Amino acid sequence: MIPFEYRTPKSLKEVQADLKQFGTDAKLIAGGTALVIMMKQRLVRPSCLISLRQVRGLNAIAVKDGGLGIGGLVTHREVETSSLVRRRMPLLAETYRHVATIRVRNVATVGGGIAHADPNQDPPPTLIALGATVKVSSAHGSRLIPLEEFFTDYYETVLKPEEIITEVLVPRVPPNSGVAFLKFLPRTADDYATVSAAAVVTLDRSKKTFADVSIALGSVGTTPIRAREAEAVLRGQPVKTEAIREAAEKAKEAVDPISDFRGSAAYKREMAGVFVRRALEKALDSVSGKRARPKQKRPAPKRRKR
Amino acid sequence: MKKKIRMRVNGKKVEVEVPTNRLLIDCLRYDLGLTGTKEGCSVGVCGACTVLMDGEMVSSCLELAVFADGHEITTVEGLAKDGELHPVQKSFIKYGGFQCGICTPGQVVAAKALLDEVPKPTEEQIKEWMMGNLCRCTGYYKIIESIQKAHQFAK
Repeated sequence: MIPFEYRTPKSLKEVQADLKQFGTDAKLIAGGTALVIMMKQRLVRPSCLISLRQVRGLNAIAVKDGGLGIGGLVTHREVETSSLVRRRMPLLAETYRHVATIRVRNVATVGGGIAHADPNQDPPPTLIALGATVKVSSAHGSRLIPLEEFFTDYYETVLKPEEIITEVLVPRVPPNSGVAFLKFLPRTADDYATVSAAAVVTLDRSKKTFADVSIALGSVGTTPIRAREAEAVLRGQPVKTEAIREAAEKAKEAVDPISDFRGSAAYKREMAGVFVRRALEKALDSVSGKRARPKQKRPAPKRRKR
Repeated sequence: MKKKIRMRVNGKKVEVEVPTNRLLIDCLRYDLGLTGTKEGCSVGVCGACTVLMDGEMVSSCLELAVFADGHEITTVEGLAKDGELHPVQKSFIKYGGFQCGICTPGQVVAAKALLDEVPKPTEEQIKEWMMGNLCRCTGYYKIIESIQKAHQFAK
């Protein structure tokens, strides 16, 4: 790591003053579990590091408009263990629990993870499927960005250098909805996903028809991917196994994975279909009240001849 | 570019001037001579460098020393009290919770954090908590047993 100036602003205003002084040579740091590694590898060489750790007012989890507002400095572990999150949005707690290890989750922040924009991360697919928005602030005020429009490429986002993620807003899940996040982990439990898929399904009052569906995937492209065409297959359609399978097929067309040690591109594309199907099925199973998923007709397994 | 930091390490107040790019693990090992904490992977995966910051386990290879300013750090050297080993240390010795020893300081510190939260953890709880502490000798059974039985040594 090359030497750098180090600042510890206590407020967003002070952050802006430091950013103004050092310009684009400065880098903001919160938990640092990703950035410190990049600095060690000299992929990032800031002349000034501005620590957000002491900035006040960014570490609360609160109910906002029936949904949740999660401060940018809230740690992964706090989301995972928060009784408020577990009660109101258990899927979020479950998703953050999948990230790396407790040691990393103790330090890595919600805002920092999103700003890092590694497409292999777990929280973005779930947050996108839930329709989350990020609130960012700069010297010119603040703006809201739907998370779906936030990521532009590997480690690239629409954030401007002077903008800071102050909050992530997750809207309330509508009634008659079910949610699921699945992470395919063929290697170790603390690994990035080979493929991850999040699904939110909303049924109509009869619980026999899809009123709305949102599907998002991770680790299968340069950004998290929303599978809009797969959603369109289901919207307005009766809850049927064939429709779910067709949607899963469509999801395979939405992804653009690369071959690496977690699997070949072809394998990941295939698994994207499998995990979208399973996520949809799991989401349907979690719709409260009635068992919504159609019973699957599977051929009886053939007995192997001895 | 240097910065003076004040922290409490294993209960003792410490004031040290460090370059801003100093990692916490290097500050502990080279500035303070606390070489119990080991460096393994250097990217936060292996857990050998586990220390506690304000009671929560962190990778000291991913923390800048300046981040520790104003905080309390516990390393493996800080577990024994008045010359008496911590229950988890006694248990690791009694039940053979180590082989080559390189991962042991991290294992013991992580286990201490678990026991502070859950005095009698189940095997499942231990596995989930200790998932990020790798043992290159693969001696996991004995590590789990040592943690599970540590409460025997608690007073």
